[in-house]
Amino acid sequence: MTLNITTATAEPALLDLPWQLPLEDWPAENIAALPKGLSRHTVRFAHLEDHVVAIKETLFDLAKREYDMLRRLEKLDVPCVEPFAIINNREDVNGEPLPAVLITRHLKFSLPYRAMWSQGLREQTANRLVDALALLLVRVHLVGFFWGDVSLSNTLFRRDAGRFAAYLVDAETGQLYDSRLSNGQRENDLEIARVNIAGELMDLLASGKAVDIDPNAVSQRIVDKYHELWKELTAVEVFDASERWRISRRVKRLNDLGFDIEELSMVADAEGHTVKIQPKVVDAGHHARRLLLLTGLDVEENQARRLLNDIDSYKLANARVGADEEVLAHEWLSNVYEPVITAIPAPYTGRLEPAEIFHEVLEHRWYKSENEGKDIPLIDAVRSYVNEVLATRRDEEALIAPTTESITFAEPIPSGTIVVDEDEEGDWRDKV
Amino acid sequence: MASVSFRNATRTYPGSTKPAVDNLNLEVADGEFLVLVGPSGCGKSTSLRMLAGLEEVNGGGIYIGDREVTDVPPKDRDIAMVFQNYALYPHMTVAENMGFALKIAGVSKEERAERVLDAAKLLDLEPYLNRKPKALSGGQRQRVAMGRAIVRKPQVFLMDEPLSNLDAKLRVQTRTQIASLQRRLGVTTVYVTHDQVEAMTMGDRVAVLKDGVLQQVDTPRTLYDRPANVFVAGFIGSPAMNLVQLPIVDGGVQFGDAVLPISSDILSKASTKRVTVGIRPEKLSVENQGLVVDVDVVEELGSDGFLYGRAQLDGTEQNVVVRVDAINHPKAGDRIHLLADASSVHVFDAETGLRLN
Repeated sequence: MTLNITTATAEPALLDLPWQLPLEDWPAENIAALPKGLSRHTVRFAHLEDHVVAIKETLFDLAKREYDMLRRLEKLDVPCVEPFAIINNREDVNGEPLPAVLITRHLKFSLPYRAMWSQGLREQTANRLVDALALLLVRVHLVGFFWGDVSLSNTLFRRDAGRFAAYLVDAETGQLYDSRLSNGQRENDLEIARVNIAGELMDLLASGKAVDIDPNAVSQRIVDKYHELWKELTAVEVFDASERWRISRRVKRLNDLGFDIEELSMVADAEGHTVKIQPKVVDAGHHARRLLLLTGLDVEENQARRLLNDIDSYKLANARVGADEEVLAHEWLSNVYEPVITAIPAPYTGRLEPAEIFHEVLEHRWYKSENEGKDIPLIDAVRSYVNEVLATRRDEEALIAPTTESITFAEPIPSGTIVVDEDEEGDWRDKV
Repeated sequence: MASVSFRNATRTYPGSTKPAVDNLNLEVADGEFLVLVGPSGCGKSTSLRMLAGLEEVNGGGIYIGDREVTDVPPKDRDIAMVFQNYALYPHMTVAENMGFALKIAGVSKEERAERVLDAAKLLDLEPYLNRKPKALSGGQRQRVAMGRAIVRKPQVFLMDEPLSNLDAKLRVQTRTQIASLQRRLGVTTVYVTHDQVEAMTMGDRVAVLKDGVLQQVDTPRTLYDRPANVFVAGFIGSPAMNLVQLPIVDGGVQFGDAVLPISSDILSKASTKRVTVGIRPEKLSVENQGLVVDVDVVEELGSDGFLYGRAQLDGTEQNVVVRVDAINHPKAGDRIHLLADASSVHVFDAETGLRLN
């Protein structure tokens, strides 16, 4: 049989990977040790040319289904990992069949939730992760996607100016519907999320990596955050015809939450006394889109919000006749943003995304200025940020540590073999 | 534990005029293992999702026990979807993995321990309660995952193609395990599959659906022996039943140069001058007269074989399958005559497809 590769991007280097070996047995030279979540399948990260890919061993039908699903989600603008290829008809050196694999591109600067804990995560960080996941869940539900296995493990997180942006990683259990999801489907996803998050946090507590976290409270938070957001985005609002300012207030509120209204239904009753409005189509990325238009920078939503605020301050300080918003935004880009980014020494550029570095520099300058009781010039702030903060950070572009192996299960022991006694200390009842 | 009833339950998707599930009436008895089966798009998964609360019900109602749950949110229905998620947590013991959902549901520690122990006994996991998942075999891990659902003591288990992500060998193995576990637990279970073999080997009863309409619900034996219509006749059984349209003649139906005797009481019910006759592959035999068939291929399966050939009926070619002896059988290219065992043929109306005998 011949190896069968399905991919949207022709990448000859794919042929060089050791497909004749089970994924578990791949040599170290091919493996990029990135942290990952808990998975039912063998998942490993490998180097492919200048990037990193995640490889999951699974059944061909499932790989194909998930590949197609991720492509459809990508087209619907859902933040998710990029499907890259499916490989089937694999055989080992003896001609025995090996499982098919699904390959996705590693999302640069993304972090699995477990990697945050190795840095000593606090409840506040846990809350921010959950907030990001709640937003992601609202977004996938808005496009009609029932996830079926919502969890921190099935999500990757990118830093987003003090918050996080969540990306869907595992679409294996998902279903995309043409029609709206029913309330039951949405509630079921939420319940799955709540239980999974609690379990994941309990596991972290059991591992001793996290302390001071209340799994119940944090997991309940996704339910509350989700409902809050869903209501803002979809609720019908009825008001007196004289209160038309409520329309622009609703639009503004959605913009603040990071959404644009693409379609709003507005109905006046027959007598013209009351007006009923309801957003019909909303689009995430309000600030990111605006920043992209103004500067060409493609960043996360909250980073964009931060950068737009800085552009606003720049505009105020530099306003002059004939200089419109676009002109000033471009000035800001070349006078403020780019000098900060180019001032970062090369060895540190892989630590954080440029926009995140910029955000942290602004924060740093603010703290410094407050401490010293005077305004610190930006260039001084950059220098001090690099030495005091960035130098102590880890590289997060393609994070190495903890290793993949340390959090994945070893091969299951075949049924029927006798397992030596590996009981934990104490009575199991104490922990249940 | 409880029974489950669908009463005239209907689901029509927005923008569609044809219901995905049309007036479904189905009673699942307390403790019963019921399988919903049918080709893709038949409404089996939609029916299950209606029961789970994941799908709006546009008409009729759904009951668990005596309680109407049509508009009850999924988490308040006291049901468990099994196999939806079976990730195990590596730093938690088997007992913790099985019981953590009870902890967040506020169940007391004593009760948690009791329920976990009960489930562990059922699943042969008692000796491993104080172990981490990494010290378990694959099968044990799967049972721990099942334990997560069992400790919740749901009234009904729902399973939607739970074996679809397993390879063929493991699927057969797990199929047996699920069926025997269900019988030990005695929890009412509704199971969806597209695979009729899976349905027939697992269910106490099997409900066959097509185009959103329930075709027949009965024990596997009755579905096989007395299919209610042509669709069920063709869907259940592997290889499929031979279905041929034959003209009604004196004393029965014309079967090649022979007459297949069928009582006139039955044939008088037919709405046209022809009937659809169904004959299982094992009920056909090679004789000196009867239907002429050209043999294409004979599959030898060890204990017996299947002959695949073609017959000419009314000028159209019709595929025919016959079970034959594994060694003494006609060869590809032979022309043979077939007769059917008249006592076990199935007679259907050629127009409505409904069973006549």
